[in-house]
Amino acid sequence: MSTRNEILDYTKRDKMPHVFCPGCGNGEVMHGMLQAIQELQWDPTQILIVGGIGCSSRVATYTIFDSLHTLHGRAIPFAIGAKLANPQLKVIIVTGDGDASAIGGNHLIHAARRNMPLTVFIINNNTYGMTGGQFSPTSPIGTISATSPCGHVEEPFSITDLLVGAGAPFVARTGTLYYLEMIKLMKLALKKNGFAAIDIITQCPTNYGRPNRIPKAYDLLKMQSDLLIPKDKYDTLTDEERAGKMARGIIRDIDKPTFLDHYNACVLSTKKAKVML
Amino acid sequence: MPLKADLWQGAHAITMGALKAGVNFFAGYPITPSTEIAESMSLMLPREGGVFIQMEDEIASISSLIGASLAGAKAITATSGPGFSLMQEGIGYAQMVEVPLVVVNVMRGGPSTGLPTKPTQADVMQARWGTHGDHPSIVLCPSSVRESYYLMIRAVNLSERFRTPVIFLTDEVIAHMRERVEINLNDKIYVEPRLQPKDKTDYKTFQPDERLVPHPANYGTGFRTVVTALYHDETGFQNTAAEVAYRFNKRIVEKVEKYIDEIAEIEEYNVDNAELVFFSYGCTHRTVQQVIHDANNPKWGYLKLITLWPFHDKLITKKLEKAKILVVPELNMGQMVHEIHRLFGSSKKIVQVNRWDGEMITPEQLRKAVLEA
Repeated sequence: MSTRNEILDYTKRDKMPHVFCPGCGNGEVMHGMLQAIQELQWDPTQILIVGGIGCSSRVATYTIFDSLHTLHGRAIPFAIGAKLANPQLKVIIVTGDGDASAIGGNHLIHAARRNMPLTVFIINNNTYGMTGGQFSPTSPIGTISATSPCGHVEEPFSITDLLVGAGAPFVARTGTLYYLEMIKLMKLALKKNGFAAIDIITQCPTNYGRPNRIPKAYDLLKMQSDLLIPKDKYDTLTDEERAGKMARGIIRDIDKPTFLDHYNACVLSTKKAKVML
Repeated sequence: MPLKADLWQGAHAITMGALKAGVNFFAGYPITPSTEIAESMSLMLPREGGVFIQMEDEIASISSLIGASLAGAKAITATSGPGFSLMQEGIGYAQMVEVPLVVVNVMRGGPSTGLPTKPTQADVMQARWGTHGDHPSIVLCPSSVRESYYLMIRAVNLSERFRTPVIFLTDEVIAHMRERVEINLNDKIYVEPRLQPKDKTDYKTFQPDERLVPHPANYGTGFRTVVTALYHDETGFQNTAAEVAYRFNKRIVEKVEKYIDEIAEIEEYNVDNAELVFFSYGCTHRTVQQVIHDANNPKWGYLKLITLWPFHDKLITKKLEKAKILVVPELNMGQMVHEIHRLFGSSKKIVQVNRWDGEMITPEQLRKAVLEA
């Protein structure tokens, strides 16, 4: 178990206070990620944290590692470039539900399809917090938001179903309520040789909670225990029983060759090929 | 020893020039008429130990270039009109965080899907002002296959020297044309090195040197490189204070504008004696060459832009001061001619010759326009 100080050493203390609101789940995710990295005893000089745009993506900027705060939705292709240019780098993406599954949805599924060796932590708070609480692709039907004042009318994405469909070898889901499980899953995702993503359900009391009359972080966290059902138990439920619930834990963990495995094999054969231009 | 003559396509010359300049990363998305560059890169780069990847779209392509460049690669992409439009946000990002990379735009007929297989020169202003905000721009434009090779090397070098994205603006004619070239691929060519910091104790990611250029350490070298496209101070951490924003934006523009003499390149013929000067760039220059050759008129000359942007006001004004008539042929409705109007107003007769139907300006058309002037 790492100590509080060891984890704080991974943060830019001179840049505190951070931008996160009181009760926000981003701090828990950031702390959990740093603890996972600390417990894995990774060389801090070989870690690159990449974020997109939004509250979630600011996590990257507060760590002491090499960091890259990118464009909205584009964290994954930026990370792919860095990883392919220097495959020794451990590239971790911290993104949000809007960043990863709306504007960046295309990049997310294609990175999963390619089995690009990246770790993706999706901080899923069902809202665009930084712009003042508009609905996101994961907001449940009926959500009151700044752009759905009469209640949200669209079906939400299940990010884990999306990623399994796209071919990701490691997919998990957890919530900030399950802090120790989150760290355990993060360590597995970080160690995975291949595309590994965790959908992390978090609370946004300011811009999701308040308009939906759940303004306290405590109440939002408590709701996670009704929402998130352990995977093995979830699998035994009927479709009716599954309504309004999601599986948590490891959703999928398989081994398959990564993009780099295929690419390196291809390079060997290309070197023997004739040039025809 | 005479060089062996080869028949090269413009696209191939771009690939060969890029490899000669040390490019080891290419990401792109298929689009006519630029695809030949991606195709030759996909064959050549893996052999050279580099990375080729076909991304899911042009936005992903430019994004992965930025990530690769920050991790130490020399990275380029190639696209055309619609893809170039999609890349604009990423090009702005690269301006903001000072990332060396080269975007090849093979101009085709626009707007929108337009004329995919036909040439225009209608992206000249987009290459300068396509992304939002005030920013510097280095835009180079070749008018032959041979020049495409050497100019591509220069594009990569300038992007490293100034730590800024460079636009290699060519067109369907020059990129698809096959021409006789005599190039020694083993020639010693200057390759601009990626300068790296030495001292970790006082390291600030965006500390500019005396030429106003910062030298961020490549990722993974233990320097803790901090990158954001929010306004940032020298440490790289976001800082949106007014004085920081003022200083930063001024610096990234000045780092290019102050060294315009290093960047601006032109080619001239008989400009000192000419009363009539053709002012052109890219494929249109080939028509000008033919007309000048056929006319053999001692009072005619040409000035060809190789660097379109930054536009060197002083140099162009000086070169053209003796001319009475300026003829500006362009495959668009008149874009670069605005710069000529800006410099000379009504002090000279300015003749525009334009075409935007996907066909070249023919020597006959240009000759006729001149005789009518």
